[in-house]
Amino acid sequence: MALSPADVLAGLKEIVEEVAGVSASKIELDKNFTDDLEVDSLSMVEVVVAAEERFGVKIPDEAVTDLVTVGDAVNFIVNAAK
Amino acid sequence: MTRRVVVTGLGATTPLGADVDSTWAALIAGKSGVRLLTEEWRELLPVHFAARVHTEPADQMERVEMRRLDRSEQFALVASREAWKDAGSPDVEKERLGVVIASGIGGVITLLDQYDNLKEKGARGVSPHTVPMLMPNGPAANVGLELQAKAGVHTPVSACASGAEAIGYALEMIRTNRADIIVSGGVEAAIHQLPMAGFAAMKALSTRNDAPERASRPYDRDRDGFVLGEGGGILILEEYEHAKARGAKIYCELVGQGLSSDGYHIAAPDPDGAGVQRAIKFALANANLSTKDIVHLNAHATSTPAGDVAEANALRLALGSDIDRVAVSATKSMTGHLLGGAGAIESVFIVKALQERLAPPTINIENLDPAVTVDVVRDKARALPAGQIAALNDSFGFGGHNVVLAFATL
Repeated sequence: MALSPADVLAGLKEIVEEVAGVSASKIELDKNFTDDLEVDSLSMVEVVVAAEERFGVKIPDEAVTDLVTVGDAVNFIVNAAK
Repeated sequence: MTRRVVVTGLGATTPLGADVDSTWAALIAGKSGVRLLTEEWRELLPVHFAARVHTEPADQMERVEMRRLDRSEQFALVASREAWKDAGSPDVEKERLGVVIASGIGGVITLLDQYDNLKEKGARGVSPHTVPMLMPNGPAANVGLELQAKAGVHTPVSACASGAEAIGYALEMIRTNRADIIVSGGVEAAIHQLPMAGFAAMKALSTRNDAPERASRPYDRDRDGFVLGEGGGILILEEYEHAKARGAKIYCELVGQGLSSDGYHIAAPDPDGAGVQRAIKFALANANLSTKDIVHLNAHATSTPAGDVAEANALRLALGSDIDRVAVSATKSMTGHLLGGAGAIESVFIVKALQERLAPPTINIENLDPAVTVDVVRDKARALPAGQIAALNDSFGFGGHNVVLAFATL
């Protein structure tokens, strides 16, 4: 099922807020998970698992290292859902 | 030149209160922290009650912080923050700051919850925080991280003696000049059906389901086992000159510790109490105290048929006729048994007892067991004498671990 980037961003905001306590208003496409949002490696695993469940996609471990910004994650999920 | 060690801060979260002041007030008033469990699983067990903390960690910390911490780690942070603040948030070199916080069982609730996740959702369903949450050193590690302690972070494990052993370890760290300040104590969060079923299978728990608040009754003729409690206690230990130099409030001195092991049985106490006697004698010698200096003792007394009498006999043998001048309190009658947290909250109680010159009561003794020949403080708190006084804290653990801590007024 196709997902819109806006829907994915909205869903990711909820997940990152829940997992890492980052205010949704700070979560934007150009933000870096590690440096800007302080999502550490363990929390990133939680974000990935929650995103897989929510969007019905597979995010392999080797792909996770390339998800540097929120925008990277949105693009990956939108493409994976096509 | 011996480095002396004093107590400059206290923190606690217990079945009696959210902090030290509320816990102490309830303790002196003789309140019970034991209640019926509300969980459905209690029906699977022969025991339907426990002593949960008075105030949930959710009311004391942020949700996001909580979700990556085991309940035992939450207790450690809550109590440490109170203790650190009570000590005046000392400005200390991080290389001279240490943490020694014990737990008897560690993150057992996390371990079991994540096993449920594994069975239900597979390996992907297991939280990446599982290991840092279940490791027994997790409470110490999280407090160490928060305070950036760099002198050493340690976790002795000796079942129900763990909390006292942690405080003793911290004493040695300061004496041997490894550190100037140590955040020390113990925590436990094991109120879950599996550990409770395990203790119940040993016949170690009281099954007085019709009167939970009267179930923990050390020294009573009809005691039938201990009541599982949860929570923790923290003491800020500080080198005396360091504390004086910064103008710290000083509660009392931690003057010594005595350690021994029974070599007798994995769970049963040695009926002769030989190991306990040796630990008491070592503590007095280590503290340079005589039996005449001791006016108060917080007993291990958990309300088990064999343990309470074995300890009381050992006290008489170790202290001789001077035991008749010692006000013995069994505070587990009110808090339940916090396992690895017990020696720590009971050390907090000793420090308060010396400060307030007041020995807490032992509740629920309807008929004193005639085999108990020590002077138990029953029902009402009792005043302690003026002048320089000292007190002992007994803690024993499955495995035959004996730890006795000695505290004295300055």
